[in-house]
Amino acid sequence: MTRDTAPPGADAVACTGLSYAFGDHNAVDELDLTVRQGEVFGLLGPNGAGKTTAIRCITTLLPVPAGMVGVFGHDAAGDRMAVRRLLGYVPQQLSADAGLTGRENVALFARVFDVPRAERAARVTQALAAVGLADAADRLAATYSGGMVRRLELAQALVSAPRLLILDEPTIGLDPIARTGVWEHIGAVRQATGMTVLVTTHYMDEADQYCDRVALMHRGRIRALGTPAELRTGLGARRSAAGAAHHAPPTLEDVFRDVAGSGLDDEAGDFRDVRSTRRTARRVG
Amino acid sequence: MSEAPAAPRAVSADPARGHGIDLLLKPPPPRAGWRLLPARVGAMCAVELQKLRHDRTELYTRAIQPALWLLIFGQTFTRIKAIPTGVIPYVDYLAPGIIAQSAMFIAIFYGIQIIWERDAGVLNKLLVTPTPRSALITGKAFAAGVKSLVQAVVVLLIAALLGVALTWNPLKLLAVAAIVVLGSAFFSCLSMTIAGVVLSRDRLMGIGQAITMPLFFGSNALYPVSVMPGWLQSVSKANPLSYEVDALRGLLLGTPHHLASDFAVLFIAAALGVTAASALLGRLAR
Repeated sequence: MTRDTAPPGADAVACTGLSYAFGDHNAVDELDLTVRQGEVFGLLGPNGAGKTTAIRCITTLLPVPAGMVGVFGHDAAGDRMAVRRLLGYVPQQLSADAGLTGRENVALFARVFDVPRAERAARVTQALAAVGLADAADRLAATYSGGMVRRLELAQALVSAPRLLILDEPTIGLDPIARTGVWEHIGAVRQATGMTVLVTTHYMDEADQYCDRVALMHRGRIRALGTPAELRTGLGARRSAAGAAHHAPPTLEDVFRDVAGSGLDDEAGDFRDVRSTRRTARRVG
Repeated sequence: MSEAPAAPRAVSADPARGHGIDLLLKPPPPRAGWRLLPARVGAMCAVELQKLRHDRTELYTRAIQPALWLLIFGQTFTRIKAIPTGVIPYVDYLAPGIIAQSAMFIAIFYGIQIIWERDAGVLNKLLVTPTPRSALITGKAFAAGVKSLVQAVVVLLIAALLGVALTWNPLKLLAVAAIVVLGSAFFSCLSMTIAGVVLSRDRLMGIGQAITMPLFFGSNALYPVSVMPGWLQSVSKANPLSYEVDALRGLLLGTPHHLASDFAVLFIAAALGVTAASALLGRLAR
């Protein structure tokens, strides 16, 4: 049941032919995705691209058939508990409990991940310190700023020493300074622990700056995959080959427009997506 | 934004400085088998008590209604002696019924919290922990029980202040606590089951309002079953609240009771409730 039973060298995440439909809408459509151990992998795409659905399949929140999703070699269908013990998950919404202090919020996750009582307090303190919340630990989370809540959620995820940290839109609605702060904490923690990070975002500039590899997702499928530099130079080369007179080097956003083509605006998330995004943004701002 | 741009950077750049992160490098050993359920129940109850400690408003506002029931309804009906309660004053007879009622009112709206947690992402986060769905629901059910228990203590004190002759036998009070927790576990599971069906706070609110009064009036909380018309007696027999009140009355006042069967009915009802709510929890997760 522990991480030690995972086959050595297994990929952090391996999705093969993953499909998930809501009614007759294929949110995720024959998705093949591999996240290697230790990398920061960005899953990019507009609202409604299927990022969150894919994440929910990987985190065992949505039922998937056996053999479609593996996390460090454990099957997300057959071996759910083992998968969950390896995961730290931060959902898109601001999910800290405002009625509890920062310390209590983290302690809850220490408890439900079976941290022994003897080391619980010390572990919670370390997790809070690692995200720079040591001084605010005993204040109610209701008094935290948006960036602080995000960092608190990071501490909640870190307290169980996950091997794979999954962050769904971690910087949505945050101002640029808070966004940088969140990313720097993610980077520092990853450097110190060597954990794998899977992150979704629709901010292309963030992905370009902080991700080792990115996958561009559109309408349930991956349209491009590689390091941000590879994708940018690839598009630059295609453009020069086509003889187009582009002066500025392409950005990741240009790559995305190139692979997704037109029609980016008509399917930008269903009502619930948008509502939840706006609610998060409102609570953050 | 009250974010101080420089401060987090300084801490994050070197997490090993000052505070170690050694503990965050090793995963906790999994807790297996039968010890998992009590651990989750403990975690959920701890959270409920912590919240109550930070904000007691609800505890006080929820004490108003039961106080009015005992003070106005109880006192008045004691004077007019309209309800045959034997040698026991009516307000005494009423007190256990009001304890059960106020506990039920808390539990029956507990599903609203589950829907709130779903909308806030808290539920998804808990479901991605090594917690089976039934253990999560059982934990929530007992947390509702603990919340109800705190409320029951408040009502008990109000009743004592009004001169109701209640038992102070600690063993009996322990049994009272167990009954209140079991009853609230059932009603909170009923609420979470409905939450899993309707998936919206507004609808759950409406249904909760619609069923609390029939549950209350269709029980022996206000009057003995013997004065009810035949059809209402059958309703009362199928109503877990009646068994809760019967047990509380027996324990607190020493009236004739059926403790063993009351416990059994409440236990089975709670177990069925946990099963139903766990089965529907998946709907809240997607």
